[in-house]
Amino acid sequence: MEKTKRSLLKNQGFQSFIASIICILLGLLIGYIVLLFINAEGATQAILVIIKNFFKYPSAGAAMKYFGSTLVKASPLLLCSLSVLFAYKAGLFNIGAAGQYCFGAGICLYCALSLRLPWFVCMVFAMLGGALLGIISGFLKSFCNVNEVISGIMLNWISLYTVNTLLAPVKEETSHYTLNIYNVNTDAMLPKLGLDKLFTNNQYVTLALPLSVIVAIVIWIILEKTKLGFELRATGLNKNAARYCGMAERTNTILTLAISGALAAMGASLFYLTGYEQWSVTSSSVPAMGFNGIAAAFLGGLSPIGAIFSSFFIQHITEGGAYVDKTKYCSQISDLISSIIIYLCGFVLFMKTFMNNMIRKSELKKGGNE
Amino acid sequence: MSLLIQYTLLYASVLILVALGGCFSEHSGVINLGLEGIMVIGAMGGALTLKALGGYPVIVVIIVTVLASAVCGMVYSLLLAIACINFKSDQTIIGTALNILGTALATVIVKAINIANNPDDVSSNVQYIQGKKAFIINIGSFQLNYFMIITFILLIVAYILLYKTRFGLRLMACGEHPQAADSVGINVYAMRCSGVLISGFLGGIGGIAYITAGVSEWKFENGVAGFGFLALAVMIFGQWKPHRIALAALLFGCFRALSNVYSGISVLSDLKLNSTIYNMMPYIISLIVLALTSRNSRAPKAEGIPYEKGMR
Repeated sequence: MEKTKRSLLKNQGFQSFIASIICILLGLLIGYIVLLFINAEGATQAILVIIKNFFKYPSAGAAMKYFGSTLVKASPLLLCSLSVLFAYKAGLFNIGAAGQYCFGAGICLYCALSLRLPWFVCMVFAMLGGALLGIISGFLKSFCNVNEVISGIMLNWISLYTVNTLLAPVKEETSHYTLNIYNVNTDAMLPKLGLDKLFTNNQYVTLALPLSVIVAIVIWIILEKTKLGFELRATGLNKNAARYCGMAERTNTILTLAISGALAAMGASLFYLTGYEQWSVTSSSVPAMGFNGIAAAFLGGLSPIGAIFSSFFIQHITEGGAYVDKTKYCSQISDLISSIIIYLCGFVLFMKTFMNNMIRKSELKKGGNE
Repeated sequence: MSLLIQYTLLYASVLILVALGGCFSEHSGVINLGLEGIMVIGAMGGALTLKALGGYPVIVVIIVTVLASAVCGMVYSLLLAIACINFKSDQTIIGTALNILGTALATVIVKAINIANNPDDVSSNVQYIQGKKAFIINIGSFQLNYFMIITFILLIVAYILLYKTRFGLRLMACGEHPQAADSVGINVYAMRCSGVLISGFLGGIGGIAYITAGVSEWKFENGVAGFGFLALAVMIFGQWKPHRIALAALLFGCFRALSNVYSGISVLSDLKLNSTIYNMMPYIISLIVLALTSRNSRAPKAEGIPYEKGMR
């Protein structure tokens, strides 16, 4: 009994899980303290509202419907986090995911609203667009030695302004939002496959949901079971050793960022082609989805399977934040909590070392007693 | 034309301040990607102070505001210092976290203050139209801003501090070869910590200089629009040297200023280009410039690598 317990603690995956739980608890605790500072009276209720999200609806039907809405937004987040973690495995920090997501949204909406193409064509074009941005970053990284974080940020802003200009012709006359796909081109809507019935006729629950999970599994297989995945991980662990073994480091960098960009852009099309939200052509910053993807990727212990759960969690508290009492607090409190979680994820390595040291010490002590 | 020069100098001042911050941090061996977040927090501290100091004498307003921004920036940069120097965290993750956290924190704080003052006010705006006037001296049609003077002084101080003092040379040693620096008795951790704190100081002042540059109220939900990263591009283009950073900042500042004033310049307004082109310009230029200059980069050798005593 004792032995199995100890080997569980030594397990890398289990350690990541514990570290993530610690990050979440500390993040929520700090969020609670901030709420206490703003207004002590409603703080406990507010943090509970954030954690509960859709459970706050008393009827099962309504709760199920809003559970569906959370899932609708969790699917693009999952793809963004896959995008970030896929690049991170190869030692690249794809902060450009936010811009690739934004660019993907622009292209899929343009294809759907202006060119009237069916949904899968829109999605493919969006993915190609995202991949193009990734290739630019990758090319600059491998041939011009430009840090991918800085080029990523520059491309984020460039794509934001490009998308605003691109979508300006297909916006509604009276508002600054793009036309609703539902009214213009129903072929571009993602098929529902009857999933909407499961969530009390939530019309936005579509193919996106199973598709995003399938992509997560495919990414896991690519990373763990293929030659490409092995090369990428080797490059991420030690660039020089990988090059010494004859791996094409530069090509791999570009390929990684291209796939990573395509993933983020696919996330955008999985979201905007449901018609849940329209693009505002006066947006002054890229959607937060890409940045939240970073939080989800690290919280999920950089594993595609972990990302499925962490994306849901991050989206869950983000949605929950929308329900706080607006006369006392603002909904950005959940952004604050997720950014604190990202910050704490920086300490995961330290936590793991600490855990390993604890285990070693207790083992030594045992050995001494026997 | 004088308007173009005025805005160029203003934005160049911001870029110089923030890029110098990055320069100090990187010379000590810590990559500070969190400059954007530091700017937001510094800007928030400064803007709230400016708003509170409405009717005080000019000199008091300037000194207190600049100090408030600098202190906010330094306190915030401690988060980076503790995580990256003491706990040896990944500097990229922590920097990114600080950027996202900065905007979220500033929004939450400003909104909380706004809601407390007036429950109907759920915006994240801070107005400082009165306080902002303290920073401006009118010379004919040209508006000289005190931040230009402050930047000029700090630029000279930074140059002297980095190249002519014992502290600066030791700081640079820690970024080039920390083991060698340690072997002659320099406390690498303390040096790196001071490098990060200086970057917080300069980044904080840069933040308040940025938001008071063009407008008289700021919406904190928007952060500082990638200016922290533009400053990093300026720093790389300036090859981590203060005097070259100043020249690089003038170039970038000019392109940023164009988006504010292009409609007033007849040659440019005749081209009838879309205004988004001018908005994109600084980012496109910086990508091109980085692509051309990064190959032979003279980055500090040990930047980004956490220092561990006894590691070879």
